[in-house]
Amino acid sequence: MGGLIQALLPGRVARTRVKGELTMSNEAAAENIQYLTFTLSEEVFAMDIDKVREVLDFTAITRVPGTPEFMRGVINLRGSVVPVVDMRQKFGMQATEQGVNTCIIIVEVTVDGETTLLGAMADSVREVLELEPGSIEPPPRIGTRLNIEFIRGMGKRDEQIMMILDIDKVFSFSELAATRGMDGEPRIASNA
Amino acid sequence: MNDHYRRIFREEASELLIELETALLDLEQSPSDIDLIGRVFRALHTLKGSSAMFGYEEAAAFTHEIETVFELFREGGGAVGKELIGLTLQARDLIMAMLTASGESTGDLADRARQMVASFQMQVPVAATAMSSTPTASHPLPAAVPAAFHIRYQPGEETFRSGVNPVTLFNELHLLGECRVTVITDAVPPLEELDPSRCHLAWEIHLVTDAGIDAIRDVFIFAGDDELEITPVEATGEAAKENGNRLSGNSQEAAADSVVAEPAGMEPGREAISSIRIPAEKLDTLVNLVGELVTVQARLSQTAAGRDDAELVALAEEVERLTGELRDSALGIRMLPIGSTFNRFRRLVHDLATELGKEVDITCHGDETELDKTVIELLTDPLIHLIRNCIDHGIESPEVRVAAGKPRQGTVHLSAVHSGESVIITIADDGAGIDRQAVHERGLQKGLIPHGVELPDRELLNLIFSPGFSTSQEITSISGRGVGMDVVKRGVDALRGNISVASEQGKGTAVTIRMPLTLAIIESLLVQIGTDCYMLPLSLVEECLELTGNDAARANGRHLINVRGQIIPYIRLRDRFGVCGAPPAIEQVVVTELDGKRVGFAVDHVIGGHQTVIKSLGKVFRNVIGVSGATILGDGTVALILDIAELVQAEEQAEWAA
Repeated sequence: MGGLIQALLPGRVARTRVKGELTMSNEAAAENIQYLTFTLSEEVFAMDIDKVREVLDFTAITRVPGTPEFMRGVINLRGSVVPVVDMRQKFGMQATEQGVNTCIIIVEVTVDGETTLLGAMADSVREVLELEPGSIEPPPRIGTRLNIEFIRGMGKRDEQIMMILDIDKVFSFSELAATRGMDGEPRIASNA
Repeated sequence: MNDHYRRIFREEASELLIELETALLDLEQSPSDIDLIGRVFRALHTLKGSSAMFGYEEAAAFTHEIETVFELFREGGGAVGKELIGLTLQARDLIMAMLTASGESTGDLADRARQMVASFQMQVPVAATAMSSTPTASHPLPAAVPAAFHIRYQPGEETFRSGVNPVTLFNELHLLGECRVTVITDAVPPLEELDPSRCHLAWEIHLVTDAGIDAIRDVFIFAGDDELEITPVEATGEAAKENGNRLSGNSQEAAADSVVAEPAGMEPGREAISSIRIPAEKLDTLVNLVGELVTVQARLSQTAAGRDDAELVALAEEVERLTGELRDSALGIRMLPIGSTFNRFRRLVHDLATELGKEVDITCHGDETELDKTVIELLTDPLIHLIRNCIDHGIESPEVRVAAGKPRQGTVHLSAVHSGESVIITIADDGAGIDRQAVHERGLQKGLIPHGVELPDRELLNLIFSPGFSTSQEITSISGRGVGMDVVKRGVDALRGNISVASEQGKGTAVTIRMPLTLAIIESLLVQIGTDCYMLPLSLVEECLELTGNDAARANGRHLINVRGQIIPYIRLRDRFGVCGAPPAIEQVVVTELDGKRVGFAVDHVIGGHQTVIKSLGKVFRNVIGVSGATILGDGTVALILDIAELVQAEEQAEWAA
């Protein structure tokens, strides 16, 4: 029996060490977060890459009647029905017009402990970049023309300024589940 | 004990308890049927054995007491009285409570068990007098001369995994008489190859008992596939006889026994159906996958049709056929006969009738009708409500019934039949029927009927489904609080079913529920408005009509259409959904019927029937009115499934508000 325990020990030590390394690398990643940048009306925005599932080409969207204008409708994502939000309209800009680079960013949002997939329409997707926490500033209280709640910070990279979105807040259910009144007038998005 | 085995035990125990209940209720109808007594006895016996094995000692001891009483009937014949059946039904509930109880409440349950055992013992003398020759001993089998048996028990290798503990078996044998156990260790492998979770042992037992070979076999009833040989030995106690050689005195019993014990659970006289248990989630996953396959197959067929390639078309057709079969059998797996639910109601009827001092019999028709498991589960509560209503409001007391020239005993009739893509469930009673005058008065009181308006009979009866509606004079613990029928209706509506009621005063009431067979797939009608496609549930669609611009103009902007002399209102989905663009010159009106009301829906084009796999729209769209779900079309786009009831309701509200 003694031999058996002896034989087991090195394995245990080895496993612990691997675990230690994993934790370390996670911590390292936590310092420099990767962001996906995209454009809306030629402005650059960014979102945490951990939230992004995939990026799709623009596809046919089915409108759901009685929903706010910025809810463009639903698409078929390999058999699942996924809602799509026009981020331009959501942020008070003109509705997105379909172009060559128009795409749908599929994001995973957690609200009330429930994870759900959502599509976010963007004019184009730029790149994935890593930002140090030092290069991110808190959002200014005025001047962004956006609801401060939606912005996690202002990122800077090669003189390019980008607004880092807090996707969970942008796509909170209470924001999306709003329906239009019986008079058919779209309800103005609260952040416009 | 491993939780996993406990769970399996609980599942099995609940099946046994259901079997016990069914047998008892059958026994009530024919109290001296020896087969039914046997069924009750076997259920109790199996329950006792497995409870003891899984450490529910109190439940086992309690079950043993009841079993003893039924053993007397089994051996001696005679009719089982109503009180005893009632008592046993209560005992069954107590056993269930004992098996599911958590630590604290067990003391209380034990007290109740002791009281109940006392009541059972009161029943024993009654039972004993019914017996002819057999004495009432604790060993119920005829006390023969003590005989010796040689038992060889070789458990299967996997036996420990199924929770069998040989030691408890030997202890039980020891209770039967003097026994000597010898262990055989020939098969034990060397230490390095030893797997301690497997059983490598066999036992030889020499037992002297007066209990007979059946009692020994009962001890091993849970030994499953294990090898078991029981050989009677000559009373002189000489060497064991050769296998298969049996004691002449026991020949009658022995002739029926095989040498190797039957697997547990294979009760004689019942068909052995081989089946496996699967968690419901796995089935749901399967059905979801099949749903996606159906979608992909539809795309494949559409693509193939668009290309002039005979080989591809042939392949697509083959895939279509296979997908159809796969879909049917995958959905078929989830189908359960509704009979098990009906059986639960027999108990309900028995208890309610006793409580209310009424005499009620329940008859069932179409037990074998199959429905989706989820539908059955969700339908149980509405059905319970309806049956309560039948017994409480419908069926009169025996005196009133006799005075009205009806049989003393009222009848509740349950039936289930297939009808196309749906199942029709009827709950009918032969009671007093619905008092239309009372409904009318109550309707006036609640403001549901405008003054001076005579409602058509059907609409009047449908008032009973309104919230807070009850014509019952007194409130009982069972019904009369006015929360019954509207809850039933909402439950049925949620399952995309519909409910209607027919009643004849003095003759009885029948409530009919029409349910879809499954919740996963519906037959629907595909229509187009502007560029978007929508689905209407085909079960509600009656017909499609053309609506020309002239027709619309003649009606002065009113949305009414003349269908063979009947004026039907219609809703223009174009307006409702705010679709831009000009409508086609000839629009189509899809006429639907819901709750007896006919409403049309004007659409641009009717495309045709479609098998629709229902997808949830998710939480984001929970507030959207008029859409119940979505589906994926052959070309990969999403089409919305319309909720007709909601659309009509919203339109009514909008017009009243205007």
